[in-house]
Amino acid sequence: MFEPLQDEFMRRALAEVTMIGVAAGMLGCWVILYRLSYAAESLAHSIFPGLVLAALAGLPLIVGGIPGILVAALAIATASRIPGVSREVAIGVVVTTLFGLGVLLALSPDSPPGIQEILFGDILGPSDADLIAAVAMAVAVGGVLLVLHGRLLAGGFDPGAARSLGVSPAIVEAALLTLLGAAIVVAVQGLGNLLVVAAFVGPAAAARRLTERIAPMICLAVAIAVLAGVAGLYLSYYAGTAGGASVALAIVALYLLSLPLGRLASAQQGRRAPAGATIG
Amino acid sequence: MPSEALIEASGLAVGYDGEAAISAVDFSLAPGERMALLGPNGGGKTTLLRALLGELRPLAGQLRVGARCATVPQTERSQLDYPVSALDVAAMGALSRLPWWRRPGRRERAVASEALHKVGLGDLAGETFGKLSGGQRQRVLIARSLVQDAQILLLDEPFSGLDRPSSEGLEALVDSLAAERRGVMIATHDLEQARRWDSVLCLNRTQVAAGAPEQVLDLAVLEATYGGAIVELPGSDSRAILPPHHH
Repeated sequence: MFEPLQDEFMRRALAEVTMIGVAAGMLGCWVILYRLSYAAESLAHSIFPGLVLAALAGLPLIVGGIPGILVAALAIATASRIPGVSREVAIGVVVTTLFGLGVLLALSPDSPPGIQEILFGDILGPSDADLIAAVAMAVAVGGVLLVLHGRLLAGGFDPGAARSLGVSPAIVEAALLTLLGAAIVVAVQGLGNLLVVAAFVGPAAAARRLTERIAPMICLAVAIAVLAGVAGLYLSYYAGTAGGASVALAIVALYLLSLPLGRLASAQQGRRAPAGATIG
Repeated sequence: MPSEALIEASGLAVGYDGEAAISAVDFSLAPGERMALLGPNGGGKTTLLRALLGELRPLAGQLRVGARCATVPQTERSQLDYPVSALDVAAMGALSRLPWWRRPGRRERAVASEALHKVGLGDLAGETFGKLSGGQRQRVLIARSLVQDAQILLLDEPFSGLDRPSSEGLEALVDSLAAERRGVMIATHDLEQARRWDSVLCLNRTQVAAGAPEQVLDLAVLEATYGGAIVELPGSDSRAILPPHHH
């Protein structure tokens, strides 16, 4: 049980997944309630070329991730203004284009070895800067969500009536997406571009099955995300599996476990299982 | 127009992208007045409500809203699986008076609890919003507008889908709100209900008529308001409005 903790790299990895779990669990609840799972996945994939360029230049990934998100946002906004192109189609086209561009850069013969790790993450090797960024991200996400809690709750409940309550759904959603983009840029280092979205959707979706109140949902989502992170690392340590993929599998396993538990809780409370709490 | 009117509209036109969806609207709403807003779907009822809430600017004419305005939307527009209690929803009404960085605290929740008692839901404050009946959900949203301290309540088809007891209970609540000198505007398709209130405003992309129900609601006005949606009931002299299509 405690054997993995003897190793410095495991202690650092556990600290990293804990911080990512705290931020992703909290933020994921709003991703689920605002139905932004597709947006989360799109954000993660669209920053891929930025991350690859940063890695090729030997810079921290965050240096490429932030402009990557800005370019994606601008491209989506521009494409959705083309007559006959819906927003959903614009997102699909832009994200696929950017992700394909990133793959071309990452898998070219001139790319240095190890650059493919951006796709699958390097949860077992966080640097000091990665750990500091993860702690800062968890604190920032927690702080902003705490301050905006009331407005997020009202904006997601009924966007049509939110304005009359002094809440701008557009501003609240933009704040949420900005926070999500920043959190993804930090978390992608550990979990990888392909798997990071699991942390922002799975734990919150599982928590949604188990409770009908927002505060317990947030606490449960954080607990599930951290538990999945730790379980994934232990699996990786003992079974020799890839770290990021093990964490993602643990998240999916806990989500699947939440399905019968949610039904059990519903039956006990004589209530209907909440709709809409699905991954993806 | 009475000088103490809560709402005064004169030659009002409102619409989208510069194109009027409703025009030539003239009416006033006094404190304590219950006004029925009649019209077919697409006739401009929601557009007028949005203008009163300040979401749409007049394209022409004048609109003065002299008191805090709150909307009570159809509850189907809310996410019924949202993880909030009736008290959480009522407390959202406090947001309009709080700075953006503050959320409803103990004091605001106490006000929300009082408002829920006032609408007869004190015992259900802790119940999940989506598990309440349609009439109870409408009451929670009215409690939210009371927490907003709104003097003008805009109810968007609040009686749709309610059974008779729920509908009667809600109508009694509307009466009690009007008795407190609040102005209440209710979008509805129920002509009998509209006849019991103080005034009606008939819209069909333009104002067809406005005034006391007994003076305004004749066959010509109803036909101009609803057009082909009015049908003769077989075997009687009565007429009925076809049920609205769902959006």
